[in-house]
Amino acid sequence: MKSKIDEIIEKQNNTDRSDLLDVLQEIQVIEGYLSEEAIIKTSQYFKLASAKIYGIASFYDHFKFVPQGRFHIKVCNGTACHLANTSNLRKEFEKILKIQHGQCTRDGMFSIEYVPCMGACGISSVISINEEYYSSVKPSDVKDMLENLRNTDDRID
Amino acid sequence: MENNIQFLKEKVLLNETLSFSKEVEERIKILKHEKTTKPVIFVGASSCGYVAGAQKTIDAINNYILENNISVDVVKVGCIGICALEPIMDVQLPGMTRVSFKKINAENVASVLDGVFNNSIVNECVLGQYRQKNLQAWENVNFIDEVDFFAGQKRIVLELNGIIDPENIEAFIAHGGYRAFIKTIYHYTSNEVCKIIEKSELRGRGGSGFPSGKKWKIAHDNAADQRYLICNANESDPGAFMEKSIIESNPHKLIEGMAIAAYGIAASKAYIYIRADNKLAIERFKKALEQAKAFGLLGENIFDSGFNFEIIIKKGPGAFVCGEETAMLNSIEGKRGMPRYRPPYPTERGLFGKPTIINNVETLCNVPQIILNGPIWFNTIGTKASKGTKVFTLSGKINYNGIIEVEMGKSFEDIIFKIGGDVKDNKQFKAIQLGGPAGTCLVKENINIVVDYEELNSIDAIMGSGSIIVMDEKTCIVDITKFYINFIQHESCGKCIPCREGTQRMLEILEKITKIPKDEASHQTLERFKGVMQLESIAEVIKDTSLCGLGKTAANTFLSSLKWFRDEYEEHIFDRKCKAGVCKELRTFFIDVDKCTGCNACMRKCPENAIIGTIKYPHFIVESKCTGCGICFETCKFSAIFIK
Ligand SMILES: Cc1cc2nc3c(=O)[nH]c(=O)nc-3n(C[C@H](O)[C@H](O)[C@H](O)COP(=O)(O)O)c2cc1C
Ligand code: FES
Repeated sequence: MKSKIDEIIEKQNNTDRSDLLDVLQEIQVIEGYLSEEAIIKTSQYFKLASAKIYGIASFYDHFKFVPQGRFHIKVCNGTACHLANTSNLRKEFEKILKIQHGQCTRDGMFSIEYVPCMGACGISSVISINEEYYSSVKPSDVKDMLENLRNTDDRID
Repeated sequence: MENNIQFLKEKVLLNETLSFSKEVEERIKILKHEKTTKPVIFVGASSCGYVAGAQKTIDAINNYILENNISVDVVKVGCIGICALEPIMDVQLPGMTRVSFKKINAENVASVLDGVFNNSIVNECVLGQYRQKNLQAWENVNFIDEVDFFAGQKRIVLELNGIIDPENIEAFIAHGGYRAFIKTIYHYTSNEVCKIIEKSELRGRGGSGFPSGKKWKIAHDNAADQRYLICNANESDPGAFMEKSIIESNPHKLIEGMAIAAYGIAASKAYIYIRADNKLAIERFKKALEQAKAFGLLGENIFDSGFNFEIIIKKGPGAFVCGEETAMLNSIEGKRGMPRYRPPYPTERGLFGKPTIINNVETLCNVPQIILNGPIWFNTIGTKASKGTKVFTLSGKINYNGIIEVEMGKSFEDIIFKIGGDVKDNKQFKAIQLGGPAGTCLVKENINIVVDYEELNSIDAIMGSGSIIVMDEKTCIVDITKFYINFIQHESCGKCIPCREGTQRMLEILEKITKIPKDEASHQTLERFKGVMQLESIAEVIKDTSLCGLGKTAANTFLSSLKWFRDEYEEHIFDRKCKAGVCKELRTFFIDVDKCTGCNACMRKCPENAIIGTIKYPHFIVESKCTGCGICFETCKFSAIFIK
């Protein structure tokens, strides 16, 4: 069976290197991260060493090499949010989830990422969970928030 | 009647006289929502609006409409700039002026709308009404241009932001959009376009302030079979969000600016490099491109002028350094985004080895108005050395967070205290950081300086991206410097040693001086001492020897904060105190003997055994043992522990 990665690659009509980042981004949107398979397949397609592909991808913050959690939490680490004391908020997430920036909990539920300004500095601290924004989040809100998310998990195991 | 596209194309865009027949005028008014038969509700729906809950407001409005069975148009608009008061909702009744309301959420939608429809506006939610000719103004409602936040501004780039629907090209054209582009391709040669921009003295708004016309001319005069235009929208500066907001609120203006710039340097292909995280901006820009294509404003042989032009979106995978011109070229070519050595400059050998110009979003958005109104008009705005306006983002400890545009020559004092509405929560003003991590701080002593490239240069400050972060007395300057150095250190691409290693050293030292050494005898004390001795000279070396703009400006924050707040650094280093109480590990805790019940909880939790006392009697913290971790503070149920 053809994998999604094959489909994306086959859609391309040239092996021009300037399309490389677009292809990687597209794979990441579908898969959530860049797997070994993805890197090897793109390297074959673009006729570049896979080490090179990894080298390019790892340069950019955007590319992930481990799967993300079901709930991907982005915490704003912009200046305004920093002034609103997001460091406490980050600590709270780290303490409860026992993971750090770029990691995912063992049950695959949550992953966290710190990002620069989300463009809503007026109502900091800002976080987003699966692209849904929450404003004026306080460290004391974190526990309930995570608990709620856990309960809304509608995945059928 | 012909459809809107045909109408706008033939009667509006191709009519260059600017005098329309009455019938055309009326139809334009309808497209502008100025003449309506039913009420129109506008909701601010850009990132800041959505974060503040605009979606809930929209749902509530739709509910209200259903419940009351009224016929209303709901239009999503961009960001008007005053993000602190989002979600913002405007209402326009037929024949009446448009009124803007602030902080409208699901709870107060109904009462505000009830008020409007019954002719009795709820005043505490009003932001103001617009001044519109031939429409009846509301009584007892202030005008929006009288509100301090807007009164001090001059809006050229942000003119239509928050007014029009960004996803509707018809509204943009009805407001006069794309007219400059048509004028350009019909009446000017590429050379003339460069000359006009040169004459207008427009300078790049991306940070360097390089004269745009001059840059275009160089690229134009370099012989080549292909040239490229790149729009730099990589905005990754933590605290700047104007590029994103401009694209979200009025993408067509940028497309028009890009099209004119491309015509000016005879490029048929342009890229926009936009940070992949800005999903809404990308989506809206994409939609705008499709609409422009459908209108024939992009593509082959545009409006039979022989000019071909296309725009390709490149999504930047999140690296601050890719905002640097040559790093961006590498990134578009599919490489690691590391800067190249210059010369050759991009205008000579840029993208794929062809002459390329890279311009900022704001720079390009200024172009259409300059073409339309002429360079002389632009020349009369601003100061001697800096013409036009500048967009700033206000954030931090300020009342009116948001995006503003002021005429060059306005003082920062006015920007903060008048437009920005002073420091939040009546705190004391301490400093502003101008230009993000590459910028410098301005303090009380020089806050009265005006917005002008040369003036700022004279005090070693830079305009940078135009982000303004306001700090109050409760902000620790060492902490914020550490934050910026941490950012730069993380974003340093690693190509040149001063920047890669230097920023790492600086960060280490700053971390040391914001901590109390665990052991006075060990090398930690030495490290602290080293910090004092070396910090300044490392900063100077990084500044002088780095390859690209990232490194060259990396130490700015530190050097400028040291200049104004040396006492605060010294306090951290020698007294091991943080006056603002921000640096956690320099805090000292005390027990209020009147409140302490002697429950013993803190004593048991203290990892350093720094708390002593007998049960049921007030306890005591041994200052020399305390590391300031704050566990006791969090443990105490009686608020008996306080920070000094
Ligand atoms: C590290 C670094 C980051 C930059 N980031 C941006 C950016 O996000 N947006 C931008 O327009 N210019 C940025 N610049 C400035 C650009 O290199 C360049 O000067 C600008 O895009 C030129 O356009 P202008 O002439 O219209 O100002 C950055 C420069 C450096 C050194
Ligand atoms: S700093 Fe967090 S939204 Fe801008």
